[in-house]
Amino acid sequence: MSKGILAVDNRGKRELGADKLVGWDEVTQGIVLTSFEGDAANIASLKAEERTYSDFNSYTATVASWRVIKPIYNRDICIDCQNCWVWCPDSSIISRDKQMLGIDYDHCKGCQVCVEVCPTNPKSLLMFVEAEEIETALAQWPEKKKN
Amino acid sequence: MAITSIKNLKEFSTNNDRFEGAHTLCPGCAHSMIVRELMNCTDDNLVIAANTGCLEVSTAVYPFTSWDTSWIHIGFENAATAVTGSEAMYRARKKKGTLKDPNAPVKFVAFGGDGSTYDIGFQWLSGAMERGHDFTYICLDNENYANTGGQRSSSTPIGATTSTAQAGSASYGKKEKKKDIVAIMAAHGAPYVAQLAPNKWKSMAKGFQTALETEGPCFINTVSACCTEWRFDPKDTIHITDLATDTLMFPIYEIINGHELNILYRPKNVVPVEEYLNAQGRYKHLFKPENKHVIEKIQSDINEYWDKLQRREEARI
Ligand SMILES: Cc1ncc(C[n+]2csc(CCOP(=O)(O)OP(=O)(O)O)c2C)c(N)n1
Ligand code: SF4
Ligand code: SF4
Ligand code: SF4
Ligand SMILES: [Mg+2]
Repeated sequence: MSKGILAVDNRGKRELGADKLVGWDEVTQGIVLTSFEGDAANIASLKAEERTYSDFNSYTATVASWRVIKPIYNRDICIDCQNCWVWCPDSSIISRDKQMLGIDYDHCKGCQVCVEVCPTNPKSLLMFVEAEEIETALAQWPEKKKN
Repeated sequence: MAITSIKNLKEFSTNNDRFEGAHTLCPGCAHSMIVRELMNCTDDNLVIAANTGCLEVSTAVYPFTSWDTSWIHIGFENAATAVTGSEAMYRARKKKGTLKDPNAPVKFVAFGGDGSTYDIGFQWLSGAMERGHDFTYICLDNENYANTGGQRSSSTPIGATTSTAQAGSASYGKKEKKKDIVAIMAAHGAPYVAQLAPNKWKSMAKGFQTALETEGPCFINTVSACCTEWRFDPKDTIHITDLATDTLMFPIYEIINGHELNILYRPKNVVPVEEYLNAQGRYKHLFKPENKHVIEKIQSDINEYWDKLQRREEARI
């Protein structure tokens, strides 16, 4: 996956919940958070890498520490059906121009839904322990199952 | 109106997400699948309000927001009030000519859980529907008050165990029938009312688009499988939802102008309800011999309701 897709300066630095928690009585009532720096009028027409996310946007945070297992993606088998994209609950399947490019490991919680809905044989997404290297995982990918 | 192409998933996937990751919903939670789909099926500006519940607390964890749109939260029960107030103000300012960009397309959407929709925000929702605002209300129906630990709501089905209607030696869980919110909303004379499910992504996207395009108050009940309170493995969210639609526990249909009912999904093979119940911990106790009658009751209720929907579809009443 090209690094450019995820390159936003303020991204992935803060872990959700790691900062000192703000007490309910410390929050100013009627608070307004802005999701972007500057004008956000045409945000639907901009890809993530073209946007200027503000520090308040959870896009800049990470929940990677929630995971104990992670999905690994095998481009060689994928048919770009986009099942994983439509059902990932954490907006963590990165698709551009009808192609699946990979997984956003800052936001993926390791739920395995994408693996379950992947229709290829063998699957193009499989779960591995968090510490697994992508290259070793790809090297041990299972063969096509015959039934 | 900038509607996104939903011809096939490949085209749909060219949309740029406006619901961001690093929210704190449970892994595998269907709430976010539904919300993502709503936000991906249009390019219009959105003004969204959310009732208190899992969705709201998990997407507005101070100092973060997961929403790339205008989003407002006030209280448990009043997303319908907040968003229809915004809609009324928008209309007034348009008339007065005080909007910066009066031609920019804007849609108003409210999200509520079943607790806030069927119970605690019911009167607010009914009022907003009756006043006829141009908005869409989407209920994320996980059949319990999930955010506070799984209490029963009037959407919880017969036989499910919840923290306030527990199954045990003296009880088989909830005894009362699930409230028919779709019929109640259709009875308000709303131009578009539907029940949809995220496993059927296309009919769901189409229903969302229809609701957004339709002028006036629209209501959509969505099936939102909750791995935590329904007690199943998070990886199975779509599988469980498949069982929900294929057993007809959650039939997929729309009602136009209060009477034109269209069934949107007819399973090729209707699955016996045992399979759906057996896949979830909240129904485990029903498989004891003394609770057999509850499963029979659930199945006969399903058959009866499906029959009624088909007759309504035919008669257009
Ligand atoms: C008036 C009021 N009553 C009760 C609560 C406590 N409360 C917060 S979230 C919640 C449960 C929400 O259930 P539901 O609407 O079904 O949404 P879910 O969390 O299941 O998505 C409750 C009871 C509250 N915040 N305000
Ligand atoms: S494991 Fe879950 S969160 Fe991670 S990419 Fe797959 S579906 Fe998304
Ligand atoms: S579900 Fe599988 S085949 Fe389809 S796009 Fe995702 S990885 Fe590729
Ligand atoms: S408790 Fe249920 S509805 Fe709430 S975040 Fe978890 S899975 Fe979603
Ligand atoms: Mg609920």
